[in-house]
Order: sequence, then C-alpha cells, then structure tokens
Amino acid sequence: MENTKIPKEYKRQLLWRFLRGSKALFVLSMLCAALSALADMLSPQIIRVAVDNVLGGKEAQIPAIALRLVERAGGFAYLAEHIWIMAVALLAVALLKALSVFGFNVAKTTAAETLVKTMRDSLFAHIERLPFAWHMKHHTGDIIQRCTSDIDTMKNFVAEQMTNIIRIVILLVLSLGFMLSMSWKLTIIAVLPVPYIIIRSFHFHRRIGEAFLKCDENEGILSSMAQENLTGVRVVRAFGAERSERDRFFRQNEYYTGLWMKLARPLAQFWTVSDILSGIQILLIVIFGSVFCIRGEMLPGAYIAFLSYGAIMTWPVRMLGRMISEMSKAGVSVERIAYIMMAEEEKATGKALQAPMDGDIVFDHVSYAYDNGPEILHDVSFTMKAGTTLGILGGTGSGKSTMMLLLDKLYELPEGCGTISIGGTDIRDIETPWLRHNIGMVLQEPYLFSRTLKENIAITNEQMPMEEIREAARAACLDETIQSFSKGYETFVGERGVTLSGGQKQRAAIARMLTQNTPIMIFDDSLSAVDTETDAKIRAALERRFGSASIILISHRITTLSKADQILVLDKGRIAECGSHEELRCGGGIYQQICEIQSSSAEEGGVPA
Amino acid sequence: MKGKQTPTKKLPFFGIGKILPYLKNYKKAMAIMILGSVIGSVYDVVIPVFQRYALNHFITLGTLEGLPLYILLYLAAILLAALVNYAAALMGTKVEVGVDKDLRNDAFAHLQTLSFSYFNQNSVGYIHARVMSDTGRIGQLVSWTVLDSIWQLGYVIGAVVVMFSINARLAALVVAVLPLAVLFYAIFQGRLTRVNREIRELNSQITGDFNEGITGARTVKTLVIENTMEKTFVADTARMRRKAIQGARLRGLFAVTMNFASSLALAVVLWKGGYIAKTQIGTFSLFMSYAQGMMEPVRWVVDAISDLITTQVNIERLTRLLETEPDVKDSPEVVARYGDSFEPKKENWEELRGDIEFEDVSFRYPDGDETILEHFNLKIPFGTNVAIVGETGAGKSTLANLICRFYEPTAGRLLIDGRDARERSQLWLHSAIGYVLQTPHLFSGSVRENLLYGNPKATDEDIARALKLVSAEGVIEKLEKGLDTDVGEGGDMLSTGEKQLLSFARAILAEPKILVLDEATASVDTITEQKIQAAIDTIIHGRTSIVIAHRLSTVRNADVILVVRDGKIIEQGRHEELMRARGHYYRLYTRQYEDEATSAALA
Repeated sequence: MENTKIPKEYKRQLLWRFLRGSKALFVLSMLCAALSALADMLSPQIIRVAVDNVLGGKEAQIPAIALRLVERAGGFAYLAEHIWIMAVALLAVALLKALSVFGFNVAKTTAAETLVKTMRDSLFAHIERLPFAWHMKHHTGDIIQRCTSDIDTMKNFVAEQMTNIIRIVILLVLSLGFMLSMSWKLTIIAVLPVPYIIIRSFHFHRRIGEAFLKCDENEGILSSMAQENLTGVRVVRAFGAERSERDRFFRQNEYYTGLWMKLARPLAQFWTVSDILSGIQILLIVIFGSVFCIRGEMLPGAYIAFLSYGAIMTWPVRMLGRMISEMSKAGVSVERIAYIMMAEEEKATGKALQAPMDGDIVFDHVSYAYDNGPEILHDVSFTMKAGTTLGILGGTGSGKSTMMLLLDKLYELPEGCGTISIGGTDIRDIETPWLRHNIGMVLQEPYLFSRTLKENIAITNEQMPMEEIREAARAACLDETIQSFSKGYETFVGERGVTLSGGQKQRAAIARMLTQNTPIMIFDDSLSAVDTETDAKIRAALERRFGSASIILISHRITTLSKADQILVLDKGRIAECGSHEELRCGGGIYQQICEIQSSSAEEGGVPA
Repeated sequence: MKGKQTPTKKLPFFGIGKILPYLKNYKKAMAIMILGSVIGSVYDVVIPVFQRYALNHFITLGTLEGLPLYILLYLAAILLAALVNYAAALMGTKVEVGVDKDLRNDAFAHLQTLSFSYFNQNSVGYIHARVMSDTGRIGQLVSWTVLDSIWQLGYVIGAVVVMFSINARLAALVVAVLPLAVLFYAIFQGRLTRVNREIRELNSQITGDFNEGITGARTVKTLVIENTMEKTFVADTARMRRKAIQGARLRGLFAVTMNFASSLALAVVLWKGGYIAKTQIGTFSLFMSYAQGMMEPVRWVVDAISDLITTQVNIERLTRLLETEPDVKDSPEVVARYGDSFEPKKENWEELRGDIEFEDVSFRYPDGDETILEHFNLKIPFGTNVAIVGETGAGKSTLANLICRFYEPTAGRLLIDGRDARERSQLWLHSAIGYVLQTPHLFSGSVRENLLYGNPKATDEDIARALKLVSAEGVIEKLEKGLDTDVGEGGDMLSTGEKQLLSFARAILAEPKILVLDEATASVDTITEQKIQAAIDTIIHGRTSIVIAHRLSTVRNADVILVVRDGKIIEQGRHEELMRARGHYYRLYTRQYEDEATSAALA
C-alpha cells in the first residue's frame, strides 16, 4: 500500500486524539515515578544520618526539616539509644516506595491499555466504515499488520520508552541533587563516566539495531522455509527432494545461528566494557571517598550513601542510551496508522431519505467503470416491477455483480452515469444504512463469522427467537444438516470450529439473509454450490414465504432462472436479451443456446471435441 | 485442522533426560558458562568485602597505607570478572543457539521422513510451532536459565556464608527474611503466569477480530452490522484492558513485596546491627549491601523454576514429534541396498519402466475406519493414461496417494514394474514421479530454483525446452530478471495460471516416468486455460499418468476412467463404455459438459 505523505500536523492531532482518556494517567504515573525515585534517594540518607549523626555522634549537615523531625523524635542521643526508630523510618520510606512503585505500575499500564484500546477501537470502527472500494484496494495482511504490530510499537513508544526515559531522567537528576548536597567534589568524580556511558550505549544500540534486524529477517526466512516445506509436503516427497530440502534448511539454520554468534561478540564486548566502566565508577567513589573521609572533608555515612547512589544509577544509565536509540522506530508506525485513519469513511450523500423500499427498481442508462478502468456496465436500462423475480444470466466480467454492488451502494454511482431508483427515489438520495437494511444480499462465496451457527444466522438481531432462526434455516434447507451436527445450532464455525462445505456455507448465508425479511433480495450466484434439487426447494420456499419481495437471482442454471418474471442476459456490460423464459427460449440468442445445452443430454447435444 | 489432542505423557525430571544428548556437543561451552557464573557470583559477593575493608581500614584508621595495592587488587577483580563475564556470555549464546539449531535440524530432518498420516493429523501451524518455537524455548532453558540461576544462587550462598562468618546472629536475622520473599514471590509468579497466558489469548482473539472485520468487510456492509461488529470488538478490547490492568496490579504488588522485603532486611540490619557501625562501620555497610542485594536473586531463582515447568511442555511436544515413527518406512534390507531419503545409493537403483499394478489391494486410511478399497485390481502398463473423476471430496486422491507410496495398502500389493513397491526405496520411486498439484505450490526463491526442484542437474537448455513444451516461455519473458526473478513466498508474485504452467515445467524437468496430476479447478482466463490444457496433453504423452481430472478432454481421451464416489471406485472403463452405462459418470459428465458449454457460450 503506497504511503501518501501525511502532514505532521495530522499525525500530532491523531496522537493527541488517541491519548484522550490516558493523558492524566500518564501524568499520574510520572508523579509516582518521581515519588519512587525520591524514596530511592531517601533511604541512603537515613542510613547516613544513622551512621554519622546518631551512631557516630558527629554533627553532619542535614536539612532543616530532617533536623526538626529528629528533634521531635527526641534528639540524636535519644535515637542512638532507640535505634529501632531509625529502622521504622527506613520502613516508612520503604512504604512510600512500595506505594509509589505500585501506583506507577498500575497507572502506567492503565494508561497504556487505555491508549491501546482507544487506538484499536477507533481503527476498527473506522475500518468498518471505510468504503468497499477502499477495502478492495488494500491487502488484508497489510491492514492487519498496521492494526496489530504498529499499534504495539506505538504503545511501547508511549508507555515504555517515553515513561522510562522520563523516569530515568528524574532519577538521575535527583541523585545528582542529593550527591551534590553531600560533596560536590565526589559528585563530579562519581558522575564523570556517566555521559560517556550514555553516549556509548546510544551509539552501540543504534549500530547493533541493524544486526538485530538482520537476525529477525533471517529467522523469518527460516520460519517460512519450514512453513513452505510443511504446506508443500506433497511436492517435496513426490519430487524426492527430502535431501535438498533438509540441506537447504540446515544451511539457512546454520547461517541464522551464525548471525547470532556474530552478534554475540559485540554484545558481550559492550556489556563487558560497561561492567568495567561501572566497576571503575564505584572504585573511584571508594578511593576518593576514602581520601576525603581521611582528610575530614566527608563523613563515613555520606561515603556509604555515595556508594548506594552509585549502585542505583548503574542500570538506568545503561538503559538510557538504548532507550533513546530505539525511539525513532515509532515514527514509522504513527505514519502507517495515520494512513488508515486519514482515509475517508462512507459518507451520507444526497437527501438521506428513508424512502419506501417496496417499489419498482429502475436502472436508467447506467454506465460504470472502476477508477479509470474500462467500462464494466454500458448504458444498462431496465425496470423491475415490485414483488417480481428478476433472473440475470451472464459470464465472468459481464457486469452482473457490479450491478448488484451499485444497487447496494457498495460502489457509488457517479453523477452523470445514469440513475438507479427504487420506488421512484434515486438511491443517491436514500440513506445508505436504510438502503442496505432493506436489501438482503447473498454472495457467491459468502463470509461466515467465527461464531456459532445460531449467532451467524441471527447476526442482524441478537435477540432473535430460536423459532425464527430455525424457520429461516428450514427455508434455506439447512435445518436438517444443522440438526445432524452434535452441537446443533451451537456448532462453532470458522477457523476455530467446524469447516462447512461450500454448499452449507451458501445455505447458512441464505438463512442469515432470510431472517432480515427484506423487501428486496439478491442471490448473487449463491446457489451454485448446492445441488439442483436443493436449489429448487429453496426457491419454492422463497416463493411461498416471501412472495411479496422483489427477488434478483443471478445464476447459470436455466432451471433456476426459468421461473423468473423477467430475465436479463448480460454480455460485456450490455443487456443482450431481456424477456421471460418463454420469450427468450426461442429468441435465437445466447439464452436459447444455453437452454439447448442444458436441456439436451451430452450424447445428443453434440459432445464437445 | 487442529493439532491432534492426544494427551502428552509426562516426562520425569521435567524431560531434561531427553535434552541431555543435545548438550553433549556443547560440554566445554557449558562448563565455561557454569564456571563463569560461579566466578561472577563470587565477584558480586567480594565487592562488598572490598568496600568493608576501605571503611574499616582506611577510613576508620585514617590511613592511606596499602591503598595502591588495594586499588590494584580491586581493579584486578573488576577485570577478571569482566573477562569471565565475557566468556560466559559468549558461551551462553553458543549453547543457546547451538542447542536450538541442533534440535531444529533434527526435528526438520525427521519431518522429512514422517508419513502423510502425520501431516493429516497435525495442522501445519502446530508442527511449525514445534520446529520453530519449542526448540528456541529449550535452547534458552539450557543456557540463560542455567547461567542465571547458578549465578544468583551462588550470590545468595556466598553472601550468607560471608555474613555468618562475620556475625552469625545478625546473619541469621537477615536470612530469616528470605523465606518470606520466596513464599510471596512463588504465589505471585503462578498467578502472573496465568494472567499472562490469558492476555496472550485475548490478544490473538483481537487479531482475529481485526481479521474478520477486514476480510468480512463486504458482508458486514451488506448486512449493515457495523455496529454489532464494533460492539463485539469493543467488548473484547475492554476485556483485554481489564486483564492487562489486572496483570499490572499483580506485577505491581509483586514489585512492592520485593522492595519491601529488601527494606525489611535493611531495617533489621540497622535495628539489630546498628551498634556495629560505632566500631566497624565497614562491616555494617557490608551487611547493608547483602541485605539489599539478596532479594533480587530470589526472583530469578523462582523465575527459573517456573521456566523449567513451562518448558517441560515444550520438551514433551518436541520429543513426541522426534519419536513419531513413520507409517511408511523402507525395510532395513531396502535401505541397505538402495539407501535412504538422505543418502541414496543410486548406483544400485534399477531403471524404472513405469508399469503399475494394483494386485488385490485393500486400503483404509490409518486415521479412518472405513475401508476404501477392497480387493482392488488394476493393471496400468507403461504409457497408460488413467483419469480419476468424481465430486469434490469424493476421495479421488487415494489412488494417487497409493501409487506415490504416500500410504501403503492395508492388504494386497502395489507392483511397480512387476515387483512389490516395498522392495525398493521410497526415494527410488519418487525420483521417477512427477507431481502437479491442483493449487500449484512453488517455493520462495528464484524461478530457476523452482524449476530445478526435481532435477538439480538440468541445464539452461533443458529448462528452455521444458518451458517451451508447456508454452511457459511467455511467463519468463514477462519477468524482469527472467529465470532469476524471485517468485516471492509461495510464488505470490505470479498469477495462479503462471504458477500452474511453471509447475508443469518443473514436473517435466524431472523427466518422470510416472506423472500424477491434479487438475486445477480454479478459474483462469481463457488463453491461460487453453495453454494449460495444451500443456497437459503434451506432458502426459509418453508417460504413465494418473490424472485427477476435471477437464472433459482429459477425461474423454483417457485409457481408463475410474469413477469415485464416497471414497470408493464405483465405475471403471473407457469414456464411451461409461456413457453407455448411463450411471454416475454419465451424470457427472453431462453436468460438467453443461457448465463448460454454458461458460463458453457466455464468454
């Protein structure tokens, strides 16, 4: 699917729209992150005070608030006697940390899941309302990819990368503040390697990203090799290609494994150097901390606190570079989702009337071509009286299906290409949902949803009484078949259920359509997979129960068509013949020819050469 | 089709026994990896000891004496640990991808020998997951899970030992917090695993919803059920959101307990060990480090145990695949003389003439209970053209399956050139068979690679001749890079008709004596249709051919027509005879004739 340039402004707006309902939660999660970072900072401080002021009996610098708290508790001397109070303080901070970590986790996930839900729901609703023509133009696989993995990428970007980066930055800033308050000299020494570690990690991950991608691609190749071997097992065996298949797979497996091994080296190197850097960072604190302590510039408690901060910083610093290097991936995904969201939904045109739908159907000089393609329909005009049956006969590409798509407004008939009207109202002026509500259509290859048969038949009305469902199934000659399934109407169909034959599917689709009780019914070659007898039975049931409906039958079978009040023969987008079976049977045209083919046995009718 | 639901038998010791042979090749790597993790954990234990020394010695005594040596030792420790780490990481990767690779290779190679009944009973998706993901899980288990758990366990043990040797009373208090953490974590872990599984299931449900909403778009529109579909979808996404938040709450709670356990241990040190700080501040700091550091390993170890339990399923499923015996198997004598599918002894192969005979053959599918053939006799001398006709799903491919020895008769014999097919190897037979599927199956790769599939030695001239024979030169000419054009996955870059023609050329290049052909029913344009028809006429000439026929001309000219209904052969004979009999064939033929003539008249 080609990507037209999507304006930046639109992408921003879209992101903003998706974030509705989750922005506040994201802010909350950041607040929790800040609190938890603060708690991380506080517990080394408590230890410091315990070591220096309380137990060491020295007068270390502590902030006024802390001093007031200490005085409340009875002063340093009292605390030295009752050291458990300090332990409780430690637990209080731990509680703060626990609550904020919990809050962070829950708020972040709630925000992320809300965001994902908003994105998915908007996409789904939007896709369902995109015009049929749009669906015809785009690959299913590609759209699904956008709806799944691109959404995941965006979620990761907002919920993981963004939040983590912010969290790490908060943590670093706070550590820096607390360390500076104790000793600016040691702080400088302690954070000396930090910028280098971040930049190094950023560059490394940016570079190694390609290698990871290559690994993924090659895993994909290996995976589809296995897939193809399994789906093509007949070809493999019949050509005796087991050995070459095996060798090919072994080769690719070897290559793919080799890629990982090749990747393992720089990765291990990176981590090793990182380990050394972190080790040296701590060692620097140990050496200079000791020196400063001996010189009396620092107290042991502060020194221990420095070690704690050093340890707290190690991981976040390493992650930061990687996080930043992975940020660019999300941009592409936003673009790909925006492409779908920018497509225009089906819109109400004309007067959007809810006109009566039980009138005559009139095609008046209708011509149609898809998107600058060759003309599919050429100047088609006919009138179908209300309540009658119209038969249509035509080959592939004769335009018969297009006619039905136009009637159901799945394709919009442009102005100036003639008109289609129902009961005298131009369908352009009829509200689309209303129109479709009143036209029942069964396609040649009908689509059933992965639900139970009952739910499939009653899909237009969940509250449909069982009797009505069975009634429709009976008319479609499906009731008996369904009863023969062990789970009856509760039988699950589709991917995760039983596989129905083509004829069963067609009949299920017919039953589904019949429950709608529409004044107009279209059978687009939808009896092709059922045998002639069932075909006749279904038509008889239609006649009996839906006598007042206007019925359009598209078929190749003369027996199916012959009872129609009017039959159209379409040839390359034009009406070649039009009349009743009696008239056309001897009309000397295509219809007569086909009548003869189908009524004569093969022996008499000239066996094909 | 779903994976066959036979209950997996529980393997003892988490199925590790089945994996051990695969570790043999990586003994050295495993040893280095394990040694590395032990040294790594020692380093983690030693660093607080170094720091203790700095506090107790330099700072408390106020002297820098011995600092250079101290720095040297500290640096040496850092470097040694880093080097060991490096080696362990490399070896870990080696074990992981190596075991993964070997398992995958074995599984794949074994699949090449398994019989068709296996492929009929297990879906492609199921088998594919065994080859591609079970192997990966097992690879991870024997590398990183082992490495991590030894490392973490080593740290805990080391820390406990050091603490006890310094101050047993305080050590005991700190260690008392451990079981608490283990208990909490084990509880959360189980629930978290369950929630995670539910989340994965919901996720695939939502993908399915998308799939349905997109592929079923036309139906949705004609039924005007956009709102119903949306409602279902929103309900699913809402469930997903709820579950995910539930998972987050669990994870949150879990993080809380872990954090709290650390702090509790720390508080214990401060409360009961605070007095130490007065004299030995370094010892105090050491206890603090251990108290804080000991809770994290608990998580790793519990995770490793849960990994082991979940991977057991992977091991069991993969083992079952590897231990499945093929139904059709060459006898040891045959293998000794003719070789197997991978190492054929072509020098011993007799030339295959192409006479086929069913001699009193009875047949039942291994997974079915209906006897399909009973005492069936049929001679198909070289050059005969057999057509098999019948409705979709009537069981037309059974005879082809038997001739290709994809299945073997339950009773009676299938004779190839007058000898029981079982007396020669499968590969010997398959090397003389050309097979064209109804839905042509091409492999990703270039056109040339696909054409050479059945005969890697064919020259460009051979290819050109074969293409010409089936009138497929036009297909190649249209392609930008000619024979070297990539056909895409499953040949997706080509149209069905083009794929069909190429698969004919591929069959011809294999110079088969026997040709099995499943005619396509898919609609292609008239010109391609004619080309395909002509191609079929050409390639069946001068070979024994078994055609699962849909085209009238193929049927009419066949030497023998077998009419199949409900899996059984009900009529047999030449076209004229069968027409005169006015039986099932007559009806099938008439209807098809009508269909074809109607389409022709409408075209």
